[in-house]
Order: sequence, then structure tokens, then C-alpha cells
Amino acid sequence: MIEVKDIYKSFSGNEVLKGISGKFEEGVTNLIIGGSGSGKTTLLKCMVGLHQPDSGSVLYDGRDFTPMTYEQRIEVRKEIGMLFQGSALFDSMTVEDNIMFPLNMFTDQTRNEKLERVNFCLERVNLAGKNKLFPAELSGGMKKRVGIARAISMNPKYLFCDEPNSGLDPKTSIVIDELIQELTEEFKTTTIVVTHDMNSVMGIGDYILFLHEGKKFWEGSNKEIAHTEIKELNDFVFASRFMKAAKDKF
Amino acid sequence: MNFTNFGRYILLLKSVFRRPEKLKIYLKEIAKQMDYVGVGSLGLIAIISTFIGAVMTLQIAFQLVSDFIPKTIIGSVNRDSSILELSPTISAIVLAGKIGSAISSEIGSMRVTEQIDALEIMGINAPGYLILPKIISGITMVPMLVIISMFLSISGGYIGGSVSGAVTPSEYLQGITTDFNPYTIVVALVKAFVFGFIITSVPAYEGFYVRGGALEVSQASTRAVVISCISILVCDYLVTQLLL
Repeated sequence: MIEVKDIYKSFSGNEVLKGISGKFEEGVTNLIIGGSGSGKTTLLKCMVGLHQPDSGSVLYDGRDFTPMTYEQRIEVRKEIGMLFQGSALFDSMTVEDNIMFPLNMFTDQTRNEKLERVNFCLERVNLAGKNKLFPAELSGGMKKRVGIARAISMNPKYLFCDEPNSGLDPKTSIVIDELIQELTEEFKTTTIVVTHDMNSVMGIGDYILFLHEGKKFWEGSNKEIAHTEIKELNDFVFASRFMKAAKDKF
Repeated sequence: MNFTNFGRYILLLKSVFRRPEKLKIYLKEIAKQMDYVGVGSLGLIAIISTFIGAVMTLQIAFQLVSDFIPKTIIGSVNRDSSILELSPTISAIVLAGKIGSAISSEIGSMRVTEQIDALEIMGINAPGYLILPKIISGITMVPMLVIISMFLSISGGYIGGSVSGAVTPSEYLQGITTDFNPYTIVVALVKAFVFGFIITSVPAYEGFYVRGGALEVSQASTRAVVISCISILVCDYLVTQLLL
């Protein structure tokens, strides 16, 4: 479980996060949603240590991450897998080398053991046999899936996904969402997905944290989100014509 | 580079020299970088050095108008100029353009495409993994390139002098072997070591802290080359003053 407590973060006097708190349980898909500039990605980056919060704490199964030394953070980060918005695959490496990279760095496995793990991860994201391709030869959806395969290669306890559906067509988005949910349930990871995609919200949002202008406005599940009276949340959820039409119909 | 940037540069270097996560992977990366910096720049350095040596011979001959000065002096001046100044400094400036811009663009692109963030999330010391192999290759391969450059520059002087008739081969050979001070080689290698460090670390710094997109990456690359060249010239003066 990951818990954030009263996180504040500002950049050059501009306060981006204003006292965010929340609990993200393991084995369920946790979503952080909100409009552009609401602070979702900043919160995610504070959680993984890419940004240092001005105040507040981030607890990984009770371990306070924020005051940790560099060496202590490294140990926690070995338990983290992350899928980036642009996949962040290493251009100079093949798919196989990308997935094998963390294994090379942190394990003493033999080449065959590592290859076995790479093939397992690739099979798990339906990309078996694509080992020797370079990132430039992959489609957007394939890059995301390789990103997921790399993120799970070390059997992470915590999985972070930053806008996994951005730039993908609706069908591929659903494939990625389902994959994230399956992996979360299968490996009992604490998964946190930052998104503003309503298909993801309705499809995989076991726990949802809604941010607006750097503040937490609402938390709940996808079953409850359509029935709230909070104006900011309703404006966000029913912004698209499709969602509005669906609400009017039912 | 203002004081804030200089402070950040020093802090980055501190991170670069942290203990590697896995030595074997770093060694592999160092070998790759050595191949790129050393072998990859050999052709360019060979062409530049040979022509500079040849031109030097012609220009020295042109300026020696007095009959009281022996022609052998052409070889001596060419030798000392090549060893002390031309080979280390011109090679370093050319390499700053070739290698420096490549390092800055590579690391800058990795920054804007979140590849550096990905390394950090994995628990890898990104400055160490990305920059240390480049610095080690710079401080080892640039001195080697400079040694080759010295040899080729002096040889180029021989060829230029012989072909143009500005100096006879025997006079030139006599000149380059007269009053040779081996200490000049030491000075040149110290310069090459310092320049190798600058050529790799300054562009790496510029690339590592890029914010934005393709435009900022190209701006960082240009800045890296300009700052590297200025730093090379300043350090050239300082090392010369200290050692000669």
C-alpha cells in the first residue's frame, strides 16, 4: 500500500499541489484523475521521488520515502515499475535489451534466466517474438506494451503508469487498460494510474482520486463517480458529448 | 557558465563519481564510448593534423627571410608548435565540435523523452551510467589522439616541406631532432587530459539539464560546444602558465 499525506509542492512560487492525501491499496487499480494542470503528474513524480515535495510524506508500506537518503531510495526504487507517458524506451537498445536492462543491473541471473524472464514479460503483454525490434520500429501501442513489460520485469510491488492511453486509439487504449488491471490482480501490485481518459476511469477505476487546481476534490470508485453532486467532478466526467448523452439516457 | 551553473556542474560531477551499480555494465559502456571517441575521431584528427603540419612548414619557411637563420629551424619550430599547442588545442576544439555536440544531443534527447527519469526510477544512478563512461573515454582517448596528431602533424610538415621545396628532407629531419625537450610531451598530455575532461563533461552537463523539446536540445548542443571551446582556451592558457 502507498499512502500520501498532506503533500504540498510549488514551482517558483506557483503552488501546484495543496495538501493532497490519499491511500492506494494493493491488488486494485488506483486512478489519479483531473484536468490538464490539476497536478496529477506532479503528484506522481513526488510519489516516485522525481520531485521532492515541499512538505508532506509518501509512505511505501509504512516506509517514509521523502526523508530517505539516496541509498535508501535506491532500495525502494528497485520495487517500483513505471510506465511513462511517452514509454521512455531506450532508443539505442532492442526490445529485449530494454526489458533485460534492469535485470542486468540488479540481478546475478544467467543470460538464459534473464532471457526466459524477458520472454515471459513479452508474452504477458502479447508481444512474443518481438525481441530484436528497436523502439523506432514499434507502433505507439506496442511501445506502451514494451514499457509495461520493462516495468514488470523486476516483479515490482508498486506499478506507476503516467497517462498510459495518451496518443492511442480507443481500442488499443482498452487493451492497455485491461493489461494493467490484469497485471495488478495477478501480481498483487499497488498500481497507480494517472489519466484523464474517461474510458479508463469507467473501465478500471477501482479507487479514484480526483484533483482539481492542486486540491483533492473527491475520492471513490468508478461505480460512484457518475452519481456525485460535486460540480467540478461532474464538469470533468461529463465534459465529453458521449458521456453526457450516456448520462441523459440512463 | 555563471556561478549557479558552475555549482550545478560540480554537484553533477559528484553524482557522476558515485560507485557504479554493476562494474561489468559500466566497463562495456566505457569500451563503447572509447570506440566512438577514439576510433571514431581518428580519421578526422589524421586529416586535420597532417594538413596543419604541412601548412605550418610553408608558413614558417615564408617568414624566414634572413639567410643567417638555418633552414633546420623550420623543423624545430614545427615540432615544438605541434607538440605544445597545435595538436592538443586544435584537436580538442575539433573534438568539442564533433563529440561535444553528440554527447549533449544524446543526453538532452534522453532527458526530454523521459529516458533519464526511467533510469532513475529503476534505481540507477543516471549521471553515473550516462556520463562516467564518456568522461573516462575522453580523458583516455583524447591524449591518445593527441599523440597520433603530434606524429602526423610533424610528418605533414615533412611532406609539405619536401613537396613544396621550402625545406629539404634532411634539413627538416635535422631540425626536428635537434634540442628536443621531452618535457613538452608531458605538457601536451596534461593539456589533452584536461581537454578530454572538458569535451565530455561540459556537454554532458548541458544535455543533462535540458528542459523542453527539440529546440532546447539543439540550443543546449550549441551552448555546449561554445562553452567547451572557451573552457579549452582558458585552460590551455592556465596549464601553459603553470607548467612552462
